[in-house]
Amino acid sequence: MPFMKRDTKGRPAFTRRAALIGLAQLGIFGAIGTRLYKLQVTEHGKYALLAQANSISERLVAPERGLITDRFGVILAGNQQHWRALFMAAQAPDTQTVLDNFSKLVPLSADERARIMADLGDRPQYIPVMLKDFLEWPEMAAIEVNTPNLPGVIVEVGSTRVYPFGPDLAHVVGYVARPDQKEASVNTVLALPGMRIGRTGAEAAQDDSLRGEPGFVQTETNVHGEVVRQVAHDPGIAGKIVTLAIDSGLQSLAVQSLGANAGAAVVLDATNGEILAMASNPSFDPSLFDKGVPADVWNGWMADPMHPLQNKATSGLFAPGSTFKPTVALAALKAGSLTPDSVLTCTGSFTLGDHTFWCDNHVAHGSITLTTALQVSCDVFFYQVALGVGVDRIAEMAQQLGIGTDLGLDLPNASPGLVPTIAWARERGIHWAPGNTVVQGIGQGYTQVTPIAQATMIARIASGMAVGPHVTRRVGGDLQDGADPGDWEPLDIDDRHLAVIRQGLFEVVNTPSGTAYADRLMIPGVQMAGKTGTAQVHNATAAEKAKNFNDATLAWADRPNGLFVGFAPYDAPKYAVAVIIEHGLWGAISAAPVARDLMTYAIQNDPAGRDKPLGTQVSDAGAPS
Amino acid sequence: MGMNNYSLSLHRPFRDRSFGLVRKFLRVNWLFVICVCALAGVGYTALYSAAGGSPQPYANGQIFRFFTALLMMLAIAMVDIRVIAKVSWVTYVIGLVLLVVVMKFGHTGLGAKRWMTIGGVEIQPSELMKLFLVLALASYFHKATFERIGNPFFLLPAVLTILVPVALILKEPNLGTAVITALLGATVMAGAGVRWWKFAIVILVIGVAAPVLYHHLHDYQRERIVTFMNPGSDPLGAGYNIIQSKIALGSGGFGGQGFLHGTQNQLNFLPEKQTDFVFTIIAEEFGFLGSVAVLGLLFSVVLIALYTAVRSEHQFGRLVALGIGMNFFLYCAVNLSMVMGLIPVGGVPLPLISYGGSALTAVMLGFGVLMSVHVHRDAEFAVEEF
Repeated sequence: MPFMKRDTKGRPAFTRRAALIGLAQLGIFGAIGTRLYKLQVTEHGKYALLAQANSISERLVAPERGLITDRFGVILAGNQQHWRALFMAAQAPDTQTVLDNFSKLVPLSADERARIMADLGDRPQYIPVMLKDFLEWPEMAAIEVNTPNLPGVIVEVGSTRVYPFGPDLAHVVGYVARPDQKEASVNTVLALPGMRIGRTGAEAAQDDSLRGEPGFVQTETNVHGEVVRQVAHDPGIAGKIVTLAIDSGLQSLAVQSLGANAGAAVVLDATNGEILAMASNPSFDPSLFDKGVPADVWNGWMADPMHPLQNKATSGLFAPGSTFKPTVALAALKAGSLTPDSVLTCTGSFTLGDHTFWCDNHVAHGSITLTTALQVSCDVFFYQVALGVGVDRIAEMAQQLGIGTDLGLDLPNASPGLVPTIAWARERGIHWAPGNTVVQGIGQGYTQVTPIAQATMIARIASGMAVGPHVTRRVGGDLQDGADPGDWEPLDIDDRHLAVIRQGLFEVVNTPSGTAYADRLMIPGVQMAGKTGTAQVHNATAAEKAKNFNDATLAWADRPNGLFVGFAPYDAPKYAVAVIIEHGLWGAISAAPVARDLMTYAIQNDPAGRDKPLGTQVSDAGAPS
Repeated sequence: MGMNNYSLSLHRPFRDRSFGLVRKFLRVNWLFVICVCALAGVGYTALYSAAGGSPQPYANGQIFRFFTALLMMLAIAMVDIRVIAKVSWVTYVIGLVLLVVVMKFGHTGLGAKRWMTIGGVEIQPSELMKLFLVLALASYFHKATFERIGNPFFLLPAVLTILVPVALILKEPNLGTAVITALLGATVMAGAGVRWWKFAIVILVIGVAAPVLYHHLHDYQRERIVTFMNPGSDPLGAGYNIIQSKIALGSGGFGGQGFLHGTQNQLNFLPEKQTDFVFTIIAEEFGFLGSVAVLGLLFSVVLIALYTAVRSEHQFGRLVALGIGMNFFLYCAVNLSMVMGLIPVGGVPLPLISYGGSALTAVMLGFGVLMSVHVHRDAEFAVEEF
């Protein structure tokens, strides 16, 4: 049987081909190796970055808003923790599916969903979008359990602004609300869920300090958006604690004393202008703005004739009435048209041209000096003084005392008020008749003051210093300029003139014939000085002239406002108070008792110059609800 | 010489050069076995890492399968190559039957019917078919003289032998394996001595026919091709794998991110990375150095197969070794090119390293035959004249 031992014939040919094939294979492996070199070595940087972007996801977290406390560390605006669900779209393969799954657990209305989609459209990817705020515990638990179906959904502890004093301090502390779309687009940090903007009060005025700096969380996520681990966490910088000069006890008393009346009460530290209490009645619930004010509540506020949203202490404009008399007197004393010893006669009325100006109740006070005129609040005396000194000098003095001028108040929307001058009238085409100057003498006519300006005026008269009212005492623990009485300049008023005025104001409260004798302090050795005022709210109609202008039978809105300004202790002024009771009739009856109560509290508790240093208990106001 | 005599000779038990089992065992190319085991070790490491640093669920199962397959390989190495040659057409027919069966009854995976389970082992008949085709073609050309090979009519049955399984695999549908199978057939034919210009003609014909074929492709197959052209167009769709794979490779850098520290791998940015994209794990965690080392190991296997082919003193062994080496090479080249975004994504695993039983079994079966060629490299076949 023929066997061929070796088929050598085909072998060299095969070896040649095998070598060619081997070379081709080597070539292809070489190409693969080259490609590998390009990917792994040459382009390493590019892909390393991509890998990082793949796995590391960063999101900003809202900083804790700074607390607002009163001078003794009592929390006026705090943060209460609650649960909220956020969404990082970059971590979710499919947004719609996630939203569908989410709404099975926590129903989302069509509006909310539209809002979420809108937010997703215009936020940078490191800013999460709020899915639902204020989660109930079962909702939070349901989300946590279903995490695998909810890639990109984060349950986070957020904080809600809470105001332990509610309406009592709403105007001073103010409130926060969510930034609107425009604000969020200008400053992306404000787009962060949980960020709030102060809208009024100290929340608005100190917003920059309270806001803090956002932090970030870097998490490593897998392809499903599930967080594998937290890489870095920077809590950001919490907002600073703002310590107001307010004494919450005095504040509560002020609100309580105003009762059901519309009005305002301000207590200042007369030595440095710190606002110890500032009440505006009626008020509102400031916590409603964080979640959104219900329409019916809002409409109620808008329709309320007592304007609860307005801070009447800083922007309510009132005729000062007789409380303006010290200003008129100081202007005349300074001008020399009046001396402390000048005697003027009151016959119960004063006639200028064909117009007769009456004294209160048409009473004739006889020949009296300045202090007596203040004590009994003689109108005729001041008609003559005003006419003698002229409207411009009155305005000049009023502005020096803080009326009709910008006080530099550290609260928003403060009104400077108005004191007319000849130039002011000319600009507006008003013919300024001598009669206009006459009524300036008793704080009627064009003059408009705010209660804070009233308080400033009486504080300046009391201290002789040009103290400016301010509500912020410390920011982040640092005492603010103005807290020290030495920060203020003396007034450009002769001390003897001030002494005469103080003497007159002392007699108002502390002599039986004074208009506010009933409201003198009942503290041994401490006397209050002050001035009552009862100011018409509009020119009396013929029907009203038939009655007394402060008759209680008038309709509420037609009744005059009751005012009182005062300071104490008389011999070493420390506190200044201004009260206005809208349509409260007699200032002596409506406003002075409030002032007396506040002053009594101030003297007895003596908050001026004292506070509680930072660092003691300043935690949040509550646990997650 | 009568044809009968010679055809009979193939069926006759081999006498002159038969060895004892021990001697056969020693003739196994142990360097090759070491390379194969080293690749299995690489696979274990990668699968351990793919599971986030755990032998479960991939690494342990795979290494068990590997050792089973290794035993099978050594057992096949002991089988006389002439017996294998004798049954080569039988196995070819069995392969075709399996392909038909899998189309009718097989498991559907990713929209294609490719899998079947025999005795608890998952089998992809197309993988087996590649080996059986190589055996059948080798057997066909073993008997052929160079004069016959020059005859186009002699080549026609060989071409049909290739086209029938290729058509069946295309119908599964499995474009990648079909192309690899055709290339494998072509390799054996080239090894047998078919003129190069004949291949050139076939390539030309395919070039012309390709646009027509494109219309008959499945949507997902077309999508793969389109995606390949522009992977960035659909980052979370079909191009996603390619992009994530390239990121994994690229982020590995020269020295790698360290074992178990590849972010792409550990954070599951690549779906099913333990199978087709297993190389990305090595590349990401061991860098360019590790990748090249593995590339070197893979090429060693290819080279040893080529060496086996050249050393074989019979044409059957040469063609079989050439085909088996080429099969392994094509697995590697296609898989690596796919991972690097050089060719469209197809379900081709990286042999010995990827997780999965079917490819491993098929490859080790081939290596068993390869070792049989090596063991029986100087076996004497009866020469037949046609």
